[in-house]
Amino acid sequence: MAKTLVEKIWDAHVVKSEEGFPDILYIDTHLIHEVTSPQAFDGLRKRGIPVFRPQQTVATADHNVPTLDQHLPIKEELSRYQVDMLTKNCAEFGINLYGLGHPYQGIVHVIGPELGITLPGKTMVCGDSHTSTHGAFGAIAFGIGTSQVEQVFATQCLLLQKPKTMKIEVNGTLGKGVGAKDIILYIIAKISAAGGTGYFIEYAGSAIESLSMEARMTICNMSIEMGARGGLIAPDQITFDYVEGREFAPKGEEWDKSLAYWKTLYSDADAVFDQVLTFDAADIAPMITYGTNPGMGMGIAEQIPATAAQPESEQPSYQKALTYMGFQDNAGILGKPVDYVFIGSCTNSRIEDLREVAAFVKGKQKAPEVEVWIVPGSKQVEAQAKEEQLDKIFEEAGFQLREPGCSACLGMNEDKIPAGKYCVSTSNRNFEGRQGPNARTLLVSPLTAAAAAVTGKISDVRELL
Amino acid sequence: MKKFEKLTSQVVPLPIENIDTDQIIPARFLKATTRDGFGDNLFRDWRFDSNNQPKVDFVMNDSTYSGKVLVAGKNFGCGSSREHAAWAIQDYGFDVVISSFFADIFKGNALNNGVLPIQVTDEFLEFIFETVLKNPTTQIVVDLEEQSVTIEGRTESFEINPYKKSCLINGYDDIDFILNQKEQILTFEASR
Repeated sequence: MAKTLVEKIWDAHVVKSEEGFPDILYIDTHLIHEVTSPQAFDGLRKRGIPVFRPQQTVATADHNVPTLDQHLPIKEELSRYQVDMLTKNCAEFGINLYGLGHPYQGIVHVIGPELGITLPGKTMVCGDSHTSTHGAFGAIAFGIGTSQVEQVFATQCLLLQKPKTMKIEVNGTLGKGVGAKDIILYIIAKISAAGGTGYFIEYAGSAIESLSMEARMTICNMSIEMGARGGLIAPDQITFDYVEGREFAPKGEEWDKSLAYWKTLYSDADAVFDQVLTFDAADIAPMITYGTNPGMGMGIAEQIPATAAQPESEQPSYQKALTYMGFQDNAGILGKPVDYVFIGSCTNSRIEDLREVAAFVKGKQKAPEVEVWIVPGSKQVEAQAKEEQLDKIFEEAGFQLREPGCSACLGMNEDKIPAGKYCVSTSNRNFEGRQGPNARTLLVSPLTAAAAAVTGKISDVRELL
Repeated sequence: MKKFEKLTSQVVPLPIENIDTDQIIPARFLKATTRDGFGDNLFRDWRFDSNNQPKVDFVMNDSTYSGKVLVAGKNFGCGSSREHAAWAIQDYGFDVVISSFFADIFKGNALNNGVLPIQVTDEFLEFIFETVLKNPTTQIVVDLEEQSVTIEGRTESFEINPYKKSCLINGYDDIDFILNQKEQILTFEASR
């Protein structure tokens, strides 16, 4: 029978499937971090059981770490305690930890791919909704809650209903100044912040196939922002070239065997998806969000949709969002002054993102009134940026290159945007208070963020290239 | 996990859509390493101002409304996978959340903690809001065994996975179930 890519990977991992019960799905790789794991470790202690497959678990500290002076003890007491707890738990349960100070430390969804831990055909989970990032390699990867983290610790399996499948095709050629982030913000704006709920999404089409692995990760990363559990892209030569030679990628004979299997990982031509959507890359402009969920996005030169144009039942929530953002119906967004620019997060903190920003700002200066933070996704990204002397370009432009972590994406550490301030951000969520109480977030691509940093206002990057 | 029993309660109405888990429990409160105490910070930035004073216009600060059932607009629990959101809701004292649509991960997290997420039709949700705003002391009846919600003489049935239903009714969790399948997991590993 013809199968979708999701079905092929899913079926290869079903331990048991019984009518009336969820499937028992085997998990190849479990990524953990300091925030959503302590209660799961506690659960194991209460039950008196070990981590079943510690060698299939990898840990790092990212959500709650400072991005300045990482060589010093963490100042904030609760954060320090939480990070120390991860170290202690990993030692007790025999889990490999890339903690602060380790050359592999970084955002969990950045280090998995760059270390060759993320591979086509795998099932991967993490107590973090952006685990969908790893789907860019043709893996089933999704976020889980802490009870499920405990479940995977205990059994290397999860009880799950098989998801529905959706195919989103993007065909054609992207315009100047338009990138992967714009594609995904465009799709979310089209289908809403709930439009993918219950689905695993396969991204396909010529515009997707032409993207680099970094760009594909940006797309899959934000699948959750339309409610989808995960998103994935069939692996191809671009995928194999990226993976080959990485630290934990298969080598020698194992590589040949893996590659032969990976080449079978695509949706069969006559496979049936529960839903199929098609978009034209040429229709996509540089995107920006104006509201408080990622579905409230538009082309940067457009006007904010009117409240009256929304379904009646949704008008109060829509108005609440605009009031929070300090925006009005039908207003344009270009030229709006910006207070902060944040370039980072598991969506856009990879070396390619930093290269793109550096190429744009080289020889330019940030606007004096804007504060600009660049937070690399990992120690390896940071080291690579320095090797390529991107740090010099950022320094000359007045951008602050910090140390790796989730940082101002969720404002768990000190990197918070002050109340009422506007932050143009390459992260993934513009929820109320996400970047700090009453902070106002505008989600954009790295290029659009760089344009805002240089001009001090929301700018159409197409006019600056 | 405690057993879920039929309940009759007043309702706390929150007619806002797309309530994300950053509203339910902001990230700065995720530093705790136990499951307790998150209820104090449930909807923190909607409940309290920057001086930690209660905001009088927020429903949870209005003594007119109380009860074990939270009713909210569609796409409840979207965003982050933090289970702390379910813990906060439970710790505050809610046993049931009713909405016309739930985000996947939140729904799973709630069920894994004995909090019942009930998806009703848009129309029934609207009816609950209208009824409760008119008369805040109206009681709602949630019967998991029968899979029904009743308010003001109107009943709507809801769906729940039969396995999850039995977990809630019996107070079992997934780990209890899956630990009993160890043999099959070992067989699966050996077959690869």
